Amino acid sequence: MIPIHYYLILSAVMFITGVVGVLTRRNAIIIFMCIELMLNSVNLTFVAFSSYLGNATGQMFVFFVMAVAAAEAAVGLAIVIALFRNKQTVNINDVNILKW
Amino acid sequence: MSSEMIVFFILAAVAAISGILMITRANPVNSALLLILNFISLAGIYLTLNAQFVAIIQILVYAGAIMVLVLFVIMLLNLQDEGPLREELSKRHYANVFFALAVLALIIEVLGWQGGETLNAMQQMAPNAVQNGMVQNIGDVLFTSYVFPFEVTSILLLAAMIGAVVLAKKRFP
Repeated sequence: MIPIHYYLILSAVMFITGVVGVLTRRNAIIIFMCIELMLNSVNLTFVAFSSYLGNATGQMFVFFVMAVAAAEAAVGLAIVIALFRNKQTVNINDVNILKW
Repeated sequence: MSSEMIVFFILAAVAAISGILMITRANPVNSALLLILNFISLAGIYLTLNAQFVAIIQILVYAGAIMVLVLFVIMLLNLQDEGPLREELSKRHYANVFFALAVLALIIEVLGWQGGETLNAMQQMAPNAVQNGMVQNIGDVLFTSYVFPFEVTSILLLAAMIGAVVLAKKRFP
C-alpha cells in the first residue's frame, strides 16, 4: 500500500514549483498557468485525504475548486487579452500603472 | 515493491518533472503542453486513489477545456520566445527561489520524516475508499448535503461568463 506521505510530498513539490514559477517568470500567461498548477496540487491533497479517511467531502471540494478555476481561467484570460490590446505586451514588468 | 507503487512512482515522476520543465521553458506553447502532460498524469494519480469521478473531470475540465482556452489565447496573441531566463533574474529572484525551496524542505521534513502520529496511522486507504469515489456516491453527496453550493456555482459561472465577454469586448467601457 502507498502511505499518504507520498501523495502529500508530491503535492508539496508541485505547489512549490508553482510558487517559484510565479516569483520568477514575467509572462502573464505563464504566471497564470503556475496558479493552475498550485490549484491542482491542493486538489491532490484533498483527494488523498478523502480516500484515506473514507469521506467524500474532499472530492466535493475538488469539484468546487475546479468550478472556480474554470471561472478564473475565463476572466483571467480576458484580462490578458484586454491588457495586450492596450499595451501590446504581456510582460508584467511593463504593466506598472497601479504601482505606487 | 508492489505494482501500484511502481505505477504511482512513474506518474509522480512525470507530474513533478513536467511541472519543473513547465516553468523553465522560454516558449509559452511548450509550457502549456507540458502543463497538459502534468494534468493527465495527475488524473492517473487520482485513479490510484480510487477517485474515478475526479480523474474524469480532471481530464475533461482541465486538460480539455481550460488548457485549450489557454493555448487559444497564446496563439491568438502570437507570443514570441522570451529571452534566456537567467539574464532576467536579479538577486531578489534568487532570494525568492531560495526561500520557496526552504519552505519545501520544511514541509517535507514535517510530513515525511517526522510524520504526525495521525499520518503514520494512514498507511492504507479507508475500506470504503473504492465506492467513495464512484459517480453514484459523489452525486449522492453533491445533491443532498452540498446542493446549495452547487447552485451557487452556477451563478459564479454565469458571472464569470458575463465578465469575460465584457472584458474582452472591443470597446473597453
